[in-house]
Amino acid sequence: MSDIPLPAAAETVRRVREDPHRLGHRDPHAHETVEGAGHGKTGPARKRIIVGYGFWIFLLSDIVMFSCFFAAFAVQREATAGGPGISELVDMRRVGWETGALLLSSYTCGLSFAATNVRSKLWTQIFLLATGLLGLIFVGLELLEFVDLASRGIVPQRSGFLSAFFGLVGLHGLHVTLAGMWLLTMMAQVQLKGFRPEIVHRLICFNLFWHALDIVWIGIFTIVYLMGATS
Amino acid sequence: MFGKLSWSAIPFDQPIPLITTLVLVLVILGVLGLVTFKGWWPYLWHEWITSVDHKRIGIMYILLGVVMLVRGFADAIMMRTQQAVAVNAPGYLEPEHYNQIFSAHGTIMIFFAAMPLVIGFMNFVTPLQLGVRDVAFPTMNSVSFWLTASGALLVNISLFIGEFARTGWLPYPPLSETAYSPGVGVDYYLWAVQISGIGTLMTGINFVTTVLKMRCPGMSYLRMPMFCWTTLASSLIIVAVFPILTATLAMLSLDRFFGWHFFTADAGGNPMMFMNLIWAWGHPEVYILVLPAFGIFSEIFSTFSGKPLFGYRSMVAATLFICIVSMMTWLHHFFTMGSGPAVNTAFGISTSIIAVGTGVKIYNWIFTMYGGRVRMSVPMLWSLGFIFTFVIGGMTGVLLAVPPADFLVHNSMFLVAHFHNVIVGGVVFALFAGLDFWFPKAFGFRLHEGWGKAAFWFSFFGFWITFTPLYILGLEGMTRRLQHVNVPEWQPMLILSAIGVGVIAIGVVCQVIMLLVSIIRRDQLRDESGDPWDGRSLEWATPSPAPFFNFATMPNVEGEEAYWGIKTRAIESQRLGPEPKYEPIEMPVHSPVGFFTAAFASVTGFALIWQIWWLAGLGFAAAIAGFVVFAWRDVHEFHVPAEEVAEVDRARRAARQKLLERLAAQEATA
Repeated sequence: MSDIPLPAAAETVRRVREDPHRLGHRDPHAHETVEGAGHGKTGPARKRIIVGYGFWIFLLSDIVMFSCFFAAFAVQREATAGGPGISELVDMRRVGWETGALLLSSYTCGLSFAATNVRSKLWTQIFLLATGLLGLIFVGLELLEFVDLASRGIVPQRSGFLSAFFGLVGLHGLHVTLAGMWLLTMMAQVQLKGFRPEIVHRLICFNLFWHALDIVWIGIFTIVYLMGATS
Repeated sequence: MFGKLSWSAIPFDQPIPLITTLVLVLVILGVLGLVTFKGWWPYLWHEWITSVDHKRIGIMYILLGVVMLVRGFADAIMMRTQQAVAVNAPGYLEPEHYNQIFSAHGTIMIFFAAMPLVIGFMNFVTPLQLGVRDVAFPTMNSVSFWLTASGALLVNISLFIGEFARTGWLPYPPLSETAYSPGVGVDYYLWAVQISGIGTLMTGINFVTTVLKMRCPGMSYLRMPMFCWTTLASSLIIVAVFPILTATLAMLSLDRFFGWHFFTADAGGNPMMFMNLIWAWGHPEVYILVLPAFGIFSEIFSTFSGKPLFGYRSMVAATLFICIVSMMTWLHHFFTMGSGPAVNTAFGISTSIIAVGTGVKIYNWIFTMYGGRVRMSVPMLWSLGFIFTFVIGGMTGVLLAVPPADFLVHNSMFLVAHFHNVIVGGVVFALFAGLDFWFPKAFGFRLHEGWGKAAFWFSFFGFWITFTPLYILGLEGMTRRLQHVNVPEWQPMLILSAIGVGVIAIGVVCQVIMLLVSIIRRDQLRDESGDPWDGRSLEWATPSPAPFFNFATMPNVEGEEAYWGIKTRAIESQRLGPEPKYEPIEMPVHSPVGFFTAAFASVTGFALIWQIWWLAGLGFAAAIAGFVVFAWRDVHEFHVPAEEVAEVDRARRAARQKLLERLAAQEATA
């Protein structure tokens, strides 16, 4: 299948040209004529669209999994069994640094894809490396937090609440760790194989994944830490 | 070194599992020996095990499902006979063993029989009906299949090494926690279901993308065959709810392995959270199974009535309605657990409402037959049997949806009869109907009609003889999952039910004979035309069996019922369309990554069950390494030369020419 590097951008340009003030006066059927968009008129979509679309569906399912752990946290927030509650867990200073590192990593990840779009191997690698290092700082700080809590006897075996807390935060940490391993293999692929279509597709997926983990973290930061610190 | 695993795990003192295993091992060795002796390994490896062809994967899914269906049916025979004899008596199965059997029966039937069969049909049929050459992610499809097979393997290993869960097909805590189930039974359940669940999730992603993004030119949404719509709806539910299953089982595993407290009865654990989470997956799961079944029936009713599907658009609407409402009814599985009248009422109403969607479908099927020329072939018999059976099953379901009534028959044999009524009558009948319907497309010859009809009648009457007594027993107060019974008045009904299972078993034997007879007489039953049933959707535009690239040139759809349109045009104009210009076709290369990943996943699962941590780590690392190596490959596709495409398609056109002449002659006499 043929591959055009930036169909989404091309589509945006076209949309702005046809409906510059976004008034919705654009011919509603115009989009159906896009070649290879998979709307049913012109046959199967292009590979890039199929891969991206499938990955979006995966992300949605992954977010459903997180939502179960969020639900467990909400249900068991008060189930401390006489042990420590949420307010005794939160160290806002450390969580602040963690959050800063992760949000910054999303920015560098975006920059790496900007570099990919102009096919600059050097800058893609530099920004991917920066993303990975920031991710490492995040995971490292989280591990420090867990070790610190454990030293105070705050472990998941203590209560239903702590199981839910470590389950939710740990699941996110595990995701970031696995994403970091994916990042390393992507850097190796970019280095040795260059910007082949399938590798660019994987970079798109990796970017989506990294940003999704950031979004989930914003949920954790708000619901677990911010609401915990103020409770 | 080997965790909890030792020689004591093997039940040398229990004759039933031991003998079963010996027979099973001998059969497997026999098959492997035959394959080796005949030198079939290269063929199997290149054409099947590493295949990424959606039709091959579909057939392997169906084969797996059928084998496990027989395995689950053996459990059913044991349960019915045990209850028939164990009235004020111990029977022949000890309580521990009996509990494993009903747990294994449910687990196997849902996860490893019904799911592979349904997904097998989705695989085989959907791309053909959409007029495309494969699914969106062919290699991932192969990974999905092998992961499902890996889960099935773990369940079967539990027969011989260790034990299976005794907790029922859904491991309710606190019973399933380490405190009350210290053995490895629940762990077998957890890892078998977890591994196959990942495969199912990938299938869901694959088919949502396939249906939404991979249709042939002109195949707009409202031109898709009904089966494709139900595939889409079912896959959407998979994507939405299988992560819930993964999360819930992960929480239970954390409880069991590391002493966490998600669902324990102490230290702030919350068993009710498990009920809510597991049924938030479990109820939609029912519709994951039954929606594709509805799709199969829709195809069959319209084909064998010689009419378009009645109310196609309302059928699409009803499918999507069920898809959404299926996720809003889960609480009716535990009305009795004290949620209060307001909550129970809300879920009682939502449960009753979902029946409306199904009702729309039933009427549409009936009206499809009205005024049509109905042909009573085997698929049609199953479909008519389905309407009768499913309507009654549905009505008992609506009865259970009323909370006060549910309080009376909760967890009774009435419930058991109800869900078998909808799942056997809805899903299993559909699978047998679909097997008969699409068999020629897969293998190039039809199944024997007489044995097929015999199989239907024995299965149909056997079903009713088995489950009518269970309805009555349930109303009389018999609860489910009893290893023995101490009410002598129930025995006649229990014996009748056991006789019913025997009648079903005759039906199963008929199916086996049907298959053997059909293979022996395959030359008489050969489907030369590729369109044995006078079909209406695009899969019948291909030769039987369909070539690996499905379509020589991509079809261009110009209306609803794509193939029917092409066919009528050809009959009217008395000739086929002009020969297309053949071009080379790009097809994905075969890949062993699915097989290897699943092999390592099995090792990892087994190691986790027995807590052999080093092996689990090794297996997981190897599975991941397999993916990295796969990602490194340089060749993704190969070209089928235009001459080869032309050769296959010219043979097809010659067969079509003959079919056209035959149909035109029929048209002239009619």
